Amino acid sequence: MSRPGRDDSPDRLYTLTGGRAHATPDSPFDLVTLVVAECDPTTGMQSEHAAILRLTQQPTAVVELAAELKLPVSITKILLGDLLAAGRVSARHPRRAAVPDPDVLEQVLVGLRNL
Amino acid sequence: MDSATSEAAAEQASQPASAARTPLGATADNGLKIVVVGGFGVGKTTLVRSVSEIRPLNTEETMTRAGEHIDDISEVRGKKATTVAFDFGRITLDARNVLYLFGAPGQERFWFLWDRLFSGTLGAVVLVDTRRIDDSWYAIDRLEHHGTPFIVACNDFGGPTYAPSQIRDALDLDPQVPLLDCDARSRASGKQVLITLVEHVKKTYANQAPVRDQDTYAPHAPVSEQELTR
Ligand SMILES: Nc1nc2c(ncn2[C@@H]2O[C@H](COP(=O)(O)OP(=O)(O)O)[C@@H](O)[C@H]2O)c(=O)[nH]1
Ligand SMILES: [Mg+2]
Repeated sequence: MSRPGRDDSPDRLYTLTGGRAHATPDSPFDLVTLVVAECDPTTGMQSEHAAILRLTQQPTAVVELAAELKLPVSITKILLGDLLAAGRVSARHPRRAAVPDPDVLEQVLVGLRNL
Repeated sequence: MDSATSEAAAEQASQPASAARTPLGATADNGLKIVVVGGFGVGKTTLVRSVSEIRPLNTEETMTRAGEHIDDISEVRGKKATTVAFDFGRITLDARNVLYLFGAPGQERFWFLWDRLFSGTLGAVVLVDTRRIDDSWYAIDRLEHHGTPFIVACNDFGGPTYAPSQIRDALDLDPQVPLLDCDARSRASGKQVLITLVEHVKKTYANQAPVRDQDTYAPHAPVSEQELTR
């Protein structure tokens, strides 16, 4: 296994994202945002977009998509932003709080003890 | 990359990626993060593998050498950008909550990416090899700076054992930071490490009023360090 993205020339990344090298500052995606496909891939769709729609038939975290696509996280977020804007995927963002919800912490402990 | 991972990768190389994947349940809707930090070879990937329901996966993030996230493709093309690789595993906690466990290098350039990648993390495990204890100083420093709750786990490589007080002194550890021994190869031990961390996180926040901000994820309004530590 080689490190994802390693053999990607910058030109390939440029083509993939139409020259955008970063998720826009207001990218809504966290590493652990769970992405769900809202439609099937169509012919003629950019192959990375189609791959994302196949991978997200079940909820899949942004970081898992990046690993499967062998693309840097930031490039993956750009591709996801396109699909989100087109309504082709939906996003389940982590429930975050300034202070973690004690109920969630308790659920984490229960889950870990059941391992 | 160690040989076990390479073999696993070689085994799966002939299959389509999807064949090797274990998808989450349809109701999963809340991703949580815990980060394992430590020097090279300290056992981060081993610990992640021990508790993960998936074979650890590897990915990377890109940034400029100055530590800024790249904001123009020309910086990539001009090769001013560099990357930080990290691996991760996954634990489905229940029908809705899924915990991602990240193994991240503690080296200096990694910390430029902390906010981008690991803001909102529940907490961190600093994995220590007692033969190279000074490898952990920088990570502990940064976690304190970021106000991230953490514990210290000493991975057992069969070297000389030290009294906890000696390790606390060597790390200049605050008395309330939990310190424990572990064997990263053991699932039971890895599980105990995670439970110790989450119990510590719970205690850390116990006296703070919960500030609910459900469903309004604001990447550019990160929690200030004061809010996290006070
Ligand atoms: N003896 C011993 N070896 C370990 C332990 N944990 C990891 N190792 C070995 O140490 C090496 C480095 O571990 P790895 O998880 O790849 O370290 P990383 O660089 O922090 O991800 C591997 O060969 C592991 O098999 C442990 O608890 N005891
Ligand atoms: Mg590793």
